[in-house]
Amino acid sequence: MAKMTVRTERCKGCGLCAEACPKKIVQINKEKRNKAGYFTAECIDDNACIGCAMCAMMCPDCCITVEK
Amino acid sequence: MKGNEALAEAAMRAGCKCFFGYPITPQTELAAYMAKRMQKNGGVFLQAESEIAAINMVLGAASTGVRAMTSSSSPGISLKSEGISYIAGSDLPCVIINVERGGPGLGGIQPSQADYWQATKGLGHGDFHLLVYAPASVQEMVDMVINAFDKADTYRMPAMILADGLLGQMMEPVTFPEVEPKVYDKSSWAADGHKGQREHHIINSLYLTPEALEKTVVDRFAKYDIIKEKETDAECYLTDDADIVVCAFGATARVVKSAVNEAREQGIKVGMFRPKTLWPFPVKEICKATESASKILSVEMSMGQMVDDIKLAINCSKPVEFFGRTGGVIPTPAEVLAKIKAMGGNN
Amino acid sequence: MAVVFERPKSLCDVPLHYCPGCTHGIVHRLVAEVMDEMGIEGNTVGVCPVGCSVMAYDYFGCDMIEAPHGRAPAVATGVKRTNPDKFVFTYQGDGDLAAIGTAETVHAATRGENIVVIFINNTIYGMTGGQMAPTTLPGQVTQTTPFGRNPELAGYPVRVCEMLSTLTGVALAQRVAVDSVPHVREAKKAIRKAFENQKEKKGFSIVEVLSTCPTNWGLTPTDALKRLRDEMIPYYPLGVYKDSVAGGND
Repeated sequence: MAKMTVRTERCKGCGLCAEACPKKIVQINKEKRNKAGYFTAECIDDNACIGCAMCAMMCPDCCITVEK
Repeated sequence: MKGNEALAEAAMRAGCKCFFGYPITPQTELAAYMAKRMQKNGGVFLQAESEIAAINMVLGAASTGVRAMTSSSSPGISLKSEGISYIAGSDLPCVIINVERGGPGLGGIQPSQADYWQATKGLGHGDFHLLVYAPASVQEMVDMVINAFDKADTYRMPAMILADGLLGQMMEPVTFPEVEPKVYDKSSWAADGHKGQREHHIINSLYLTPEALEKTVVDRFAKYDIIKEKETDAECYLTDDADIVVCAFGATARVVKSAVNEAREQGIKVGMFRPKTLWPFPVKEICKATESASKILSVEMSMGQMVDDIKLAINCSKPVEFFGRTGGVIPTPAEVLAKIKAMGGNN
Repeated sequence: MAVVFERPKSLCDVPLHYCPGCTHGIVHRLVAEVMDEMGIEGNTVGVCPVGCSVMAYDYFGCDMIEAPHGRAPAVATGVKRTNPDKFVFTYQGDGDLAAIGTAETVHAATRGENIVVIFINNTIYGMTGGQMAPTTLPGQVTQTTPFGRNPELAGYPVRVCEMLSTLTGVALAQRVAVDSVPHVREAKKAIRKAFENQKEKKGFSIVEVLSTCPTNWGLTPTDALKRLRDEMIPYYPLGVYKDSVAGGND
C-alpha cells in the first residue's frame, strides 16, 4: 500500500515525475488546470503505486509527498 | 607614526575584526600593518585576489555583524564601487579607506583629491551615499576612523575615510584614545545563523517591484536627511572677520593654513574653512563661516570638485573662485597666497 | 502509512519562481535535504548569485546573503573567515561562477576556503533570456551565438571541475547530473560529502551539477533531460575530479 500526493497548486505540469515513474501511473491531467494555469500531475492508479518516490525525487517544485 | 599605519592601528582599536585588501601605492603600509597585527588581535587579515574580491569579503563579513574594513587608493576604489553600491543597498555598515592618488586611469602615485566627486556623489550605481570623512592630520585619521566605525554602525551604512597620499605617507606624533569599542546590537538583521530561534535573515539589495525598491531608497534618504542634520563637521580658522574665506579639505588645508597665516601677517583679512565631513557637506557651517566674506576661494588637489558643493551650499550668493593643482602636484602656500592677492585680498 | 518522501524543512514552503521543468528546484531540494539530515540549517549561511537563482534567498531556510554577480565566493570567504564555526555555501550558475566570477572562484578554491560551492551548469544564461555561457557547447545555438557557438570566434567551453582539480586547496571537485533518479541520488551524496568536508575543515568543495534550461533551450522538460544526457554528459563527463580525502592528485 503506497500513495503519492501532488500539491496541485504548486505543480507546473513539467512531466518529469511521469517520466520517472517506473509503473507509468503518473500522468499530467490535460483536463484540469490549477490557478496558475498549469495542467497538473496525478496518479492514475493508486493501487499500483509502490511508494518508490522516484516521481518526488525528480519533481523540481517539490510538490509531491509519498507515503507507504 | 605613519599615517597609513595609524589608520590601521586605530581601526583595530575601534573593534575592527577583519581587514580584506589588495596592495596599491600609496596605501600599502596599512595592509602590511594589518598583516602583522590583526591575527594577534584575534582578527582576520586576508590579502584578496582583487579589489573587487576584497570589498565583497567585507560585504560577507559585515553581513554577519562583524566590524569590517578595506582600504585602497583611487584606481582600486573604482574597482570596489560595485561592491560599495551593494553594501549601501543592503544597509551594511563597514569602513573603506581611500588614500587618494592622481588620476584618471592609472594616473600617478602622488597625492590627489580628485576622487571628491566619486566619494561624495558617485561611488557606484544607484541612489545612495556614504559617510565621507576628510582628515587633515595623522591624529585626525585616528579619531575619524574610530568615529567612522561608530557612525557606520549607528546608521547601518558604509563610511569612507577620504585621505590622500600625503597624509598616508606622513609621520606625525599621535595619541590613541583609550576607548572601548561600542557594541551595537545587530541581532535584528545580521545573517549569522538563526540557530532555529528566529526567522531566517536575508541580506539583499534586489527588489523587482519598482514600488518596493522605491520605498527602500526613500527610507534610506529619510535617514540621510537625519545625517545631514546631525553629522556635519568643519573647522573654521580666522573666518569671523575674513573678507576672503579659503575652503580646503584634507592635506590641502594645511597648505592653505600656512598661506592664510602669511596673508594675515601681511594684513590681509582672510580665513579658512575646512570641511571635515565631505558627505554630508557642512552647509550650515559654511554659510555661517562666510557671512562676512565677499569672496570665497576653493583650493583643491584637483581641477575643482568641492567648489561645486560650495556654490550649492551658499546658493551662489557670492563669487566662488578656484585654485588647484592636479596630477599629484601639491599646491604651495606661495601659490595660494598669490591667488588670494589676485582676488583682491589686500589690506 | 508512513511518509517516505516530503519537502525538507530547510526548503521554505513557498512556490519556486523557476520555469516548469527547470532542475534548479531539484538541486535546491538536495541542498535542503542535506541541511536537514546534518541538522545544520540554523548554523548555515548561504550566498546566492546573480542569475536565475538570484532569489534562492527566499527558498533556503538558513540565513542568506545575495552577492553581486560572480562575487559569491568572495562574500562566502568574508562570512567563513569571520565565522569559522558556521557552515557556508554558495549556489551559483555558470555565468556567475565561470565567466564574471572566475577570479573569485579560482582564488577561493586555491586558498582552500572551507566552503561548499554548488555550481549549476546548464550551458546557457537563463535569466537574461538565453545567451552564450562560458559552458555553452560548440555548435549550441543561443541568442548571442545564433549560428551555433563557433569556438574560433567565441572560444571553447570551460570545464570547471577539471580546471579546479589542479589546485591544491580543493578538497572535492565532483561533477554530477540531475537527469535521472540514480544521478539525483549521486548528486545528493556529493553535496552531503561537500558539507561533511566543511565540517571536517578539509577545504574547498565544489559540486558541479549538470542541469537543464528547457525554456531557453527551446525543449520540453523531458527532452531537455535527454539533451543533458546525450549532449552534455559526453562533453562534461560525470565523476570525481579531485577528492583530497580519498587521495587526490597532490
